[in-house]
Amino acid sequence: MTRTLLTGNAAAAWGARLAEADYVPAFPITPQTEIIELLAEWMQRGAMAGRIVMLESEHSMLTAAGAAAATGVRVFTATSSQGLLYAMEMLYTVAGWRVPLVLVNVSRGLAAPITLEPDHNDVLAVRDSGFLQFHCATCQEALDGVLLAYRLAEDARVRLPVMVNMDGFYLSFTREPVRLPEPEQVRRFLPPFDPETLYFRAGAPRSQGVAVLGGAQYSYFRYEAHLASLGALRVFEEAAAEFARLFGRSYAPLETFHTADAEFAFVMLGAFATKAKQAVLRLREAGWRIGLVRPRLLRPFPAQALVEALGGLRGIAVIDQNLSTGMGGVLCSEIGAALLRAGARPVVAGYVGGLGGRDIPVEEFFEMARETKAAAEAGRCPPTRLLYTEEELRQTRALQAIAMAE
Amino acid sequence: MSETRFKALKDLPAQHLLLPGTPMCPGCGGLEVVKQVYDVLGENTVFVNAAGCLTLLATYPFTPFRGSWIYTAMASAPAGAQGIRDALDILIAKGRLPPAQNLDVVVLSGDGAAYGMGLGPTSAAIDRGLDFYYLCYDNEGYGNTGQQTSAATPAGARTATDHGPVGFAGEKKDLFSIWVAHHPPYVATITSADPVDLARKVETARGHAGPKLFIALAQCPTGWHYDPKDTVQMGRLAVATGIWPLKAYAGGRVTHTRRPKPKGERPPVEEYLRAQGRFDHLFSPTRNEEALARIQARVDAYWDAAE
Ligand SMILES: Cc1ncc(C[n+]2csc(CCOP(=O)(O)OP(=O)(O)O)c2C)c(N)n1
Ligand code: SF4
Ligand SMILES: [Mg+2]
Repeated sequence: MTRTLLTGNAAAAWGARLAEADYVPAFPITPQTEIIELLAEWMQRGAMAGRIVMLESEHSMLTAAGAAAATGVRVFTATSSQGLLYAMEMLYTVAGWRVPLVLVNVSRGLAAPITLEPDHNDVLAVRDSGFLQFHCATCQEALDGVLLAYRLAEDARVRLPVMVNMDGFYLSFTREPVRLPEPEQVRRFLPPFDPETLYFRAGAPRSQGVAVLGGAQYSYFRYEAHLASLGALRVFEEAAAEFARLFGRSYAPLETFHTADAEFAFVMLGAFATKAKQAVLRLREAGWRIGLVRPRLLRPFPAQALVEALGGLRGIAVIDQNLSTGMGGVLCSEIGAALLRAGARPVVAGYVGGLGGRDIPVEEFFEMARETKAAAEAGRCPPTRLLYTEEELRQTRALQAIAMAE
Repeated sequence: MSETRFKALKDLPAQHLLLPGTPMCPGCGGLEVVKQVYDVLGENTVFVNAAGCLTLLATYPFTPFRGSWIYTAMASAPAGAQGIRDALDILIAKGRLPPAQNLDVVVLSGDGAAYGMGLGPTSAAIDRGLDFYYLCYDNEGYGNTGQQTSAATPAGARTATDHGPVGFAGEKKDLFSIWVAHHPPYVATITSADPVDLARKVETARGHAGPKLFIALAQCPTGWHYDPKDTVQMGRLAVATGIWPLKAYAGGRVTHTRRPKPKGERPPVEEYLRAQGRFDHLFSPTRNEEALARIQARVDAYWDAAE
């Protein structure tokens, strides 16, 4: 195992290289480009025995990815934001084909207004597509996540595509020390892809992706995919246990940080959770019993683990780096529903922050902790708050004034 | 063209490879084209289908194909072909598939996909030099959704979205020329009403690596409003009146493989139009002389210009 400094993008590309992906259909979009450029370079100078093909859109890229996987090769691809939505139709389609490809999404806010900076509306817009979702917070996790994703996707009990998500810029372009596993070790964890029923070849006619007539057949295949996804939780835990044995790094469906004695917790996805960790340490210095819960797996939804981690707390602050317009944060409502169904009743305070890469400074975490505590004391869930400061409003108004000026 | 094994009707396969019992309408011209093309290409093929009427050929758990099939989406069947072609090549190169088990990859799409939503993906597949066949069955409208106007709808046709006194006011897009402008190894127009010409073209295409593209007239009794028994007749009229030129592009040249009789001797386009309900409004309650003359003039101009 060698240790080297890698960006999140490079770490993800290393994941594909170590997984010995055969085929990479690609299309460029900031901030994902480094991934496909690296893979192209490796393949073209023979460092990686695969083929990369530039498609003309992400819709076609996903079609080629799914069709290649349906023919029996190991497929890797990557996109971001507008690209992910452009491919939307095919995300559902290839998940329905039950092909085990891995897609890295480098999260970026969605237009309009157009921006390059991250939030999670892209990956949550495809939440229901059938792809499993693994969310990273470190560069190491981006590499390891790709390896875990292949294990999960290709398991005969799962056979669903997996999306590995990382935050644009904050993770994609940040260099961190990453341990590169030895290829032989990786091969032990991830044996060559056995495509089983996924093939097209002469002498063995096969139809895939065919139409169905009627709701009963349609429902059957949709339910099958759902049940396979639910079952993937156990498969993930098995794979993660083996990963820990081989590589010494543990990946539970949830990362928990200082939750053992906690009364309160922040809940966040992705790299911005690192900011929450800093805040937790500062709050603890100030006497708070507070922690952080960060789901790595979002699909399948680790409901039971979440209830176990959060159900006994007095209050939780769910910080959504996404906005379901007219509703609030997506994660908050999912977690609220999981707790309600389990009969667990910590007060849930919902926050929307970090949209388009907006910072969440430590003072805001302090404020959210105070509000959550007050809500717990009052026994009432407060309405969702949108994080924004007076100063930000003043500056935006100043820009508006310039825009309006003749 | 001359050295193919198909010289006359008697050289064509006596039995069709495609199995009977599909949910297509009686007299479906698109289905007839698939049958004839399949006979030449054979069962070592994988059809990559775009959304359209023929998507229902394979409905779980039945298929009329002896070979393989995958349905993709409306726009991106050429990209599906890319993925399968690349995967087969990779498997063969890495020794995971015996070369003898290789397949030909065939995109099957309607005109709506080929002339519209799927044109970008097709263009890109040609740019990449993808080794595949593209078979567009052209029924001149979005048939599966009820024959709305597509970019292949001809001038004057009434469709589900063009009901006015002149029918569709635009002109049919020249997809053949658009494809040819990419300089792929082979492009041809075909009709099931001329099975020898069709078989010779498909056979000729087999000799070329790279993109091989076909636009097939797909007479559609349901969308064009004529009696299903007249499908063959409709195809013959299309060729005889000159409105559906049979041609091929190869080696940088376009050649016409069948020529209608010279102007004055060949039947007027009117004979083809009058046979189909979708052009009724051009004849009754009053004849739309201007529209009919314009359609005829376009056909005549085409053949005047054709070498
Ligand atoms: C993205 C998308 N938009 C619309 C449709 C609905 N749709 C299904 S088939 C079809 C018509 C396709 O027309 P064409 O390619 O000419 O094939 P035909 O139906 O005539 O056989 C349409 C619009 C679809 N399946 N996908
Ligand atoms: S509508 Fe036309 S193209 Fe579609 S199945 Fe019927 S005859 Fe064939
Ligand atoms: Mg059509």
